[in-house]
Amino acid sequence: MLLIHCPYCREARPEIEFSYAGEAHIARPADPSVLSDEAWRDFLFIRSNPRGTHYERWRHTHGCARFFNAVRDTVSDKFLMTYEAGRPRPSEAEIEEHRS
Amino acid sequence: MLRLAMLPDCARFVLRIAPADMAAAGQVFGLALPEAIGAVAEADGRLALKLGPDEWRLHAAESDGAEIAARFAAELGTTPHSLVDISHREIGIEVSGTAALDVLTALCPLDLAARPVGSGTRTVFDRVEAVVLRQAENQFRLEVWQSFAPFLYSLLEIVGQEVEAGL
Repeated sequence: MLLIHCPYCREARPEIEFSYAGEAHIARPADPSVLSDEAWRDFLFIRSNPRGTHYERWRHTHGCARFFNAVRDTVSDKFLMTYEAGRPRPSEAEIEEHRS
Repeated sequence: MLRLAMLPDCARFVLRIAPADMAAAGQVFGLALPEAIGAVAEADGRLALKLGPDEWRLHAAESDGAEIAARFAAELGTTPHSLVDISHREIGIEVSGTAALDVLTALCPLDLAARPVGSGTRTVFDRVEAVVLRQAENQFRLEVWQSFAPFLYSLLEIVGQEVEAGL
């Protein structure tokens, strides 16, 4: 069982309380009707799927019920850090700070 | 030893309001709302538990329910908020006795032993979502949806028997 640190509850909670909600920092286009089919497809379906550091959304469904963002290493499955929804993507330096 | 009891009905509300307006909501409810997630405020038979950054669970006597809803509508009419009556959605189960912690720990991945007396949180008991309040060292109150209550109650009974038998 993983323990995930919820940035709102400010404590590590069991994984079973959380649900995954896809990649983070994907902004919905302001006016979808002017987009080409390819651009709209890319927004809807095309994700980065990186090997290593991945920015993703999680929801503390059975806790405070809030969405937040997490940085997870897709190789080791370790959560490097979590942060409140709405905050910009953390810098490499910030992630390194949490990694240690 | 384990004691299980279905608690009598009470009025329950989910309050969602901006943290900046929580003092006003506390005045309407008659009890200052707690500021930290997981903290509980309790006085005169009323209880407020903070579940999330802008979410509180309010409990009161069953007969006060209608009056509380009317007061929020009248006094916070211009402040954006949501007050939802969930009195009949949930059932309270009291789990107490020396085996209470062992029985609940068997069903819950959260470290309940580490949670202070007088705190509460929402979590999962064998995949059933429940709000758990720690009222004393060996006394817990579970708030669970009506349809899950018979399942969780019988599960608590079975685990209680196992704990008593030393399994």
